[in-house]
Amino acid sequence: MRDVAIVNYKQTPATRDSLATNELQMLQSVIQGVIKESGVELSDMDFVCSGSCDYLAGAAFAFVEAIEAVGPFPPIKESHVEMDGAWALYEAVLKIRTGEADSALIYGFGKSSPGDLRSVLSLQLDPYYLAPLWLDTISAAALQAAQCLDKGVLSEADMAAVVSRSRANAKSVAGTQLSGDYSIEELLAEPTFVSPLRMHDCAPITDGASVMIIATPEKARQWCDTPVVISGLDNRIESSMPTLRDLTVSRSTETAGKAAGVGSKPVEFAELHAPFSHQEILLQKALGLDASVDINPSGGALAANTMMAAGLDRIGHAAKMIQSGRYTRGVAHATSGSCLQHNLVAVLEAVS
Amino acid sequence: MNSPEIMQEDFSVHYTYTRSTGPVIGDFLTALRDKKQILGIKGSDGRTLVPPMEFDPITTEPLSEMVDVSDQGTVTSFCWVKNPIKHHHIQHPFAFATIRLDGADTDFIHMVDCGDEARISVGSRVKARWADERSGTMTDIVAFDVTGA
Repeated sequence: MRDVAIVNYKQTPATRDSLATNELQMLQSVIQGVIKESGVELSDMDFVCSGSCDYLAGAAFAFVEAIEAVGPFPPIKESHVEMDGAWALYEAVLKIRTGEADSALIYGFGKSSPGDLRSVLSLQLDPYYLAPLWLDTISAAALQAAQCLDKGVLSEADMAAVVSRSRANAKSVAGTQLSGDYSIEELLAEPTFVSPLRMHDCAPITDGASVMIIATPEKARQWCDTPVVISGLDNRIESSMPTLRDLTVSRSTETAGKAAGVGSKPVEFAELHAPFSHQEILLQKALGLDASVDINPSGGALAANTMMAAGLDRIGHAAKMIQSGRYTRGVAHATSGSCLQHNLVAVLEAVS
Repeated sequence: MNSPEIMQEDFSVHYTYTRSTGPVIGDFLTALRDKKQILGIKGSDGRTLVPPMEFDPITTEPLSEMVDVSDQGTVTSFCWVKNPIKHHHIQHPFAFATIRLDGADTDFIHMVDCGDEARISVGSRVKARWADERSGTMTDIVAFDVTGA
């Protein structure tokens, strides 16, 4: 099968509320930006694939409006997943690997500010057993954190350390939402929000959009000096009933990581999509990443968490860090569903 | 330039369709409504899965052997919702909990209404409080009450 390389990636500044700026406008700015920066034309893209969630807009087929951002006339080859853009990337990678396309533009976007995100996301749960209880995202994650703490898998200080590092790392990232210097003691002194979680253990609510260009390595080399090869890519899903899973581990991440070849060569850094601090620790363990691995140099989802783009953002940030020369090999991860139900793992490498 | 005026419109997201809940979920919901009874189902490994799953979580084979479980159980984990959001059924502080019902081998997620975080812990005994008017939904159980430490 053919290799696939990342050419470029761009995201809007993360914002809590984009006000009158709509999804299409956010997308247009980054899509035009990435196209110009890469010195290509939209018509050079053999395939376009997007990830978004119509529940955020509260309207069926809301994603169709976003296609205006790529100009679908004359007709283009296009697809959409009702998932994070990381899974749109997965579909696009398959298209290139199977020879159906030589290049692709991927985008993910989410404007969460108009609704109550905790309630909206509870609708992704089982419609008979869980959704009627309005088990919101934060409460579900809090149950998972409670089980981890009770079992001794991690401590509240471990969780605070994740937040402290995330915000410190995010200081060097332009356009992120939460950054700064916070000590573990300071964070632990904060009151609980949905106990045992504190507010800072939860990712912020973010409006934004992200876009990525990928291509065959040959084409990628024409378009940029430093293509980043996706040397491994896999995704696995677990039961939709959180009570049928052991929430104190992430088996699907472990399986996907092995299948993607994470451990076949040394890992220098990892961008992990953990919307809650305790989940980052579970992911780190599932991928077998030891203390020598830099975790979330971008700050991760705790610094900015655009729904349906934050997973793609992990892969994008990882690619950018390899392009900058800071690292040569790393892991990027995306999650979807409640309590790390569905996980995607990508291994990225600099072209030697 | 003046900031454009933002159109504000309330919008309710809901399922605009109905469907039959089938023999497994349907039996479970009917038993809640008609008998104040919680049902589980036998899995391929002999465990009693509550709520009942249509397909075995290990073998994926269809399941059919429904069994009665108790409406009392033990809290296995909980989180404390200090400030309920608009949609929560309980509008004062409460817990979401995983509860191991007596006779079950998996946990059941529901609300525990005990007023104060100090009144619930892992190991607390709880009992279902049934709604007077039941319609065949999970909320036929209003919440669980703590009956003992």
